[in-house]
Amino acid sequence: MSGIVHRSERHDFRIISGMVSAGARVLDIGCGDGLLLDLLRREKQVRGRGIEIDQDEVGSAVARGLSVIQGDAEVYIADYPDGAFDYVILSQALQAMTDPRRMLEEMLRVGTRAIVSFPNFGYWKVRLHLLFKGTMPMTEALDEPWYATDNIHLCTIRDFVGLCDEMGVRIETAYTLNTRGRPRLTRSPRGHVNLTGEQAIFLLTRR
Amino acid sequence: MERSSDKVTFSVETPLKLSSGIDLAPVTMAYETYGTLNAERTNAVLVCHALTGDQYAASRHPITGKPGWWETIIGPGKPLDTDRYFIICPNVIGGCMGTTGPRETDPATGKPWGIRFPVITIADMVRGQAMLLDHLGIPDLFCAIGGSMGGMQVLQWASDYGDRVFAAAPIATAARHSAQNIAFHEVGRQAIMADPDWHGGEYLAHGTSPQKGLAVARMTAHITYLSEVALHRKFGRNLQDREALSFGFDADFQVESYLRHQGITFVDRFDANSYLYITRAMDYFDLAADHGGVLADAFKGTETRFCVISFTSDWLFPTVESRRIVQALNAVAADVSFVEIETDRGHDAFLLDEPEMFRTLRGFLQSAAEARGL
Repeated sequence: MSGIVHRSERHDFRIISGMVSAGARVLDIGCGDGLLLDLLRREKQVRGRGIEIDQDEVGSAVARGLSVIQGDAEVYIADYPDGAFDYVILSQALQAMTDPRRMLEEMLRVGTRAIVSFPNFGYWKVRLHLLFKGTMPMTEALDEPWYATDNIHLCTIRDFVGLCDEMGVRIETAYTLNTRGRPRLTRSPRGHVNLTGEQAIFLLTRR
Repeated sequence: MERSSDKVTFSVETPLKLSSGIDLAPVTMAYETYGTLNAERTNAVLVCHALTGDQYAASRHPITGKPGWWETIIGPGKPLDTDRYFIICPNVIGGCMGTTGPRETDPATGKPWGIRFPVITIADMVRGQAMLLDHLGIPDLFCAIGGSMGGMQVLQWASDYGDRVFAAAPIATAARHSAQNIAFHEVGRQAIMADPDWHGGEYLAHGTSPQKGLAVARMTAHITYLSEVALHRKFGRNLQDREALSFGFDADFQVESYLRHQGITFVDRFDANSYLYITRAMDYFDLAADHGGVLADAFKGTETRFCVISFTSDWLFPTVESRRIVQALNAVAADVSFVEIETDRGHDAFLLDEPEMFRTLRGFLQSAAEARGL
């Protein structure tokens, strides 16, 4: 997908891998060519599944020996039974969903835990870009112009935490990443990290 | 590539129990094999053929002299690598290339079965294949693979003998035959039965063959195997060996001439009654109906790894049918991959050189082989 950070330069994968327990059942939504699933398979011996909309990416993932289904995750996640997975991962794709709230609900229906990572629209550079230039911000994490991006529901860390509260979703762990991809564990994702974190990664469960 | 041709006959003591309740015996299964069975007997791949296919998947056809129908996929270094796997391709029950079917002799009368041959189902074909594997001393398959009707057999295998199928690749297929597909089959059957040379199915006794009817059946079916784009690219409205329209009913257009050729060559290698029986078997196929209407129940508790493949321009077995299979497999948390391959070549794409299909199958088989320790 364009507008979603390219997977080869992804710093969030390592953190996600750290959140997943060994041998778990994992569903990766919008898994691309399966780079994350491959990493989780090697490092965590997970039983992985993926959904990806792009045929070419699915072909590459299957050629890697991964179990990946081609299709629109927002439609096909409904096929999975309750609790089919230990972790459902949505990395850098929440903002491309037509109904992010419903996706979050579905993730926590088919999985015990959900891992969500997204670019933080509250990041100071993004704020300054809009303040001073008056145009839609483009950063490393948001690397496509407004007319070409797949991102339709951008949010800030504070927005996301608000949604979790509203939905009764428990935030187990939260990390932020700075521009250089350095991770930082966040005790309170409600405070200043909304300004300093370029990306955020959440581990969620149902309350 | 090591290749062998064989047939085995099961006596009256071991009849083939048909879905219709009839015990069919004796039963002969004709098959081809490629490659070598390993000492652990874990590398067997069952290749299931389509409606008008046969066991000559990677061998020169004895009647037409043409290369095997899946030579692109089977062979050393190919996705179905004969240096690694032992490939078995049997002719289905009801077929006409050596396996028991309407053209063979009914032991009770000493005459060809004709349309006294019992109606068969996809499940019957699969039971026959299971008997063949038992005979060959193969406890379970590394992989069952096939397109179209072959894909139906793969699904039936995974459903009926899940513990004997490590991996399954149903391609360009469906878990049930649609009303539209039954309708096309009925046109073909009516064409055969309307041919005066059919003689109520007793044409062998009359020394005839309903060639015109069978050719029409093939022509109709052949259109459904292609896409409009593929037909247009191949022929357009080009005229055949002429400069102008004849204002008659000769084959003015190349596409007419092509279809006539398809029809004529088909009758040389296929039996009309076999066509009736095998199309019927496909029409009856409905895996969900066999499980209280819930397709997922056909795969409950499955440990098989699946790779489902469809093609964008296939209107005979459109992607939505593959999606139904994938949905059912997801519902039972099965290990499944699914790819819809972009192509304008229609249903026939599964028989052609489709690099994306090869890439997908290679990856799928490779990882399954690693998991099985091959």
